[in-house]
Amino acid sequence: MKSLFFFATLCLTLGISNSYAQTSTSLDLLNNAKQYDGKTVNYKGEVIGDVMIRGDFAWLHVNDAIIAIGIWAPKAMVQDIRYAGNYHKKGDIIKVSGVFHRSCLEHGGDLDIHALGINRITSGSLVIQPLSRKKVYIGGCSLILVLLFYALKKLLQGR
Amino acid sequence: MGSGVRNVDYRHRLAICFSIPVYKMILKPQVSDIRNIGYYLGRIILGIGLTMFLPFIMGLVLFREPNPALDFLISANITIFIGLALSWLCKTDKELNTGQAMVVIALSWLAVMALSAIPLLLSGHYKSFLDACFETMSGFTTTGLTLVQDLDHLSQSHNLWRHLGPFLGGQGIAIIAISFLVKGASGTFNLYLGEGRDEKLVPNVINTARFIWVISIVYLILGTIVLGFVGISIGLKPQSAFFHGACIFMAGFDTAGFSPQSPNILYYHSLTYEIVVILFMVIGSFNFNLHYQIWRGNFKEIWKNIETRTLLFVVMIVTLITMAGLSRLDVYSEGMTFFRKGFFQLISGQTTTGYMTIYAQQFIREWGDLALTGVIISMALGGCACSTAGGIKMLRVGIIWKAFRQDIKGMMLSPNAVVTQKFHHIKTMFIEDTQVRIVLIVTLGYLSLYALGTLVGVALGYPFLDALFESTSAAGNVGLSCGITDTSMPAVLKVTYIIEMWAGRLELMSVFALFGFIVAYVKGK
Repeated sequence: MKSLFFFATLCLTLGISNSYAQTSTSLDLLNNAKQYDGKTVNYKGEVIGDVMIRGDFAWLHVNDAIIAIGIWAPKAMVQDIRYAGNYHKKGDIIKVSGVFHRSCLEHGGDLDIHALGINRITSGSLVIQPLSRKKVYIGGCSLILVLLFYALKKLLQGR
Repeated sequence: MGSGVRNVDYRHRLAICFSIPVYKMILKPQVSDIRNIGYYLGRIILGIGLTMFLPFIMGLVLFREPNPALDFLISANITIFIGLALSWLCKTDKELNTGQAMVVIALSWLAVMALSAIPLLLSGHYKSFLDACFETMSGFTTTGLTLVQDLDHLSQSHNLWRHLGPFLGGQGIAIIAISFLVKGASGTFNLYLGEGRDEKLVPNVINTARFIWVISIVYLILGTIVLGFVGISIGLKPQSAFFHGACIFMAGFDTAGFSPQSPNILYYHSLTYEIVVILFMVIGSFNFNLHYQIWRGNFKEIWKNIETRTLLFVVMIVTLITMAGLSRLDVYSEGMTFFRKGFFQLISGQTTTGYMTIYAQQFIREWGDLALTGVIISMALGGCACSTAGGIKMLRVGIIWKAFRQDIKGMMLSPNAVVTQKFHHIKTMFIEDTQVRIVLIVTLGYLSLYALGTLVGVALGYPFLDALFESTSAAGNVGLSCGITDTSMPAVLKVTYIIEMWAGRLELMSVFALFGFIVAYVKGK
């Protein structure tokens, strides 16, 4: 009972002093990097680009529509991520809980978050881009015009 | 010789540029002058239009992005039509003189900016046509400041175009025209001069232009392969790794600093990747003449050349300044973090590339005034002459230093003593007063340009150091940003930076020539 009480107090103390329960924005983290340095933060956004596997860990980037921040996570934690955003895909929206580093000594001074947990909030999807008929018409017509113009130019120059 | 040591009679050249009344009055340009300018401008526009077929084909075949590919088909057609129409309406067999060539170059960079912005605007990733123009001017002048929105979802075709811009503009728009589309010896040489270059690697300027392409394409293939394999080793998928490799190489070797992902080089989180990028940035900032000497096996030139020696010296000085600034504020506590953050940003600034491994906000919030000053100095001085780098250039800095030493020596010795000062740039030469004068005028021009952007920035309410940083970055064609460059910045500042990037890339002379031409047209008789 005594040890349980001690553990609960410790968690509460650490929770108050060393973490930010609310979700932080990338701008907030960047603008107050020194205050957040070494603290546990929550950060939410879309996974973009590539998930780069490095041994038992992986790098991924999460963009909260302002800036993308690098997340260093154990490989097992990123296995649920199905979509990383690019032109063809809308990436998964995830919430990362992790330790924020203004200048991570483990990664050559990178500003990053070492993930303690990742929750997938919304699954991403493939983005189907229907062929724009307007662009096809404009592209086709302008190509014909240019070819006709070139032919006319050659014809008149030949005379 | 470098752009600071031109052989052309400088007074005559200035007279052409400003229409100074050498003949006691300003002569109004004739229709034949305008036809000549229109014809060559049309050929250059035609060349740019044809290059748009590359992202069109790649978009259709490789990237499977039909809509973005169509953006390029539409833009290519518009550009080619304008190019054909201009060269047809202004058809001439006359060769360009120096003044006309400078006007052609100044106008062609503006035309290329506007026409290349069409596919970017059609992508839907730019807030306005002005933003798209800012992006293309930044790309073609190898600056690297960006106003793209949601870069991480931009199509590969548009991304390819963003990176192809620096590759084409870095070598020079005139180089494209000279290599493939324009005939005539003196006309082509005048075009070559107009882009701030006057070092012929081989006696024929067309062969010089083609050699510059050969160097660049060989490096592009090698660079893409190296960065591609490094990319795979750090966890990128092969197609992505080689695409990133090609983009990063084009923007790195051409000292532009664009990247296919928003976190820039920080995206890769890799020391190896950063070292390879540093290597390409440094190679890209070297004089093409130096590359030619190396290709010919003359490796000694690297150590003897005034530019490489000055570059080494300047890098040492700015590294000390930046290190002192960062140490004072304890920004990076370890040697490795200093190398990957402090030194990387510094070399990126010195080579005028603009690649970043930190976020723009960190410059202002963490680096402090002293370290920022170190980076500003490195950006202002820039890379080597006749390279893809911007800034004042190492050749000019070296000559100013030598001239300064010569004057000091002259003051210390007897008044009758003749003091000479030599410098080595491909061959050993004596410093002449005319050369020093030209060098100082161009240097003063750059400093004025840096001051202009700073003044506009401060007038719009930005802090002085931030405004100076961003202005130097724009005019020096660097691309490092402390956060001012953003879609929300005032349109006046966007236009100011566009003018700075344009004038900085053309080393001011062609811009003066254009204004001189306009004045002559309005006021001339």
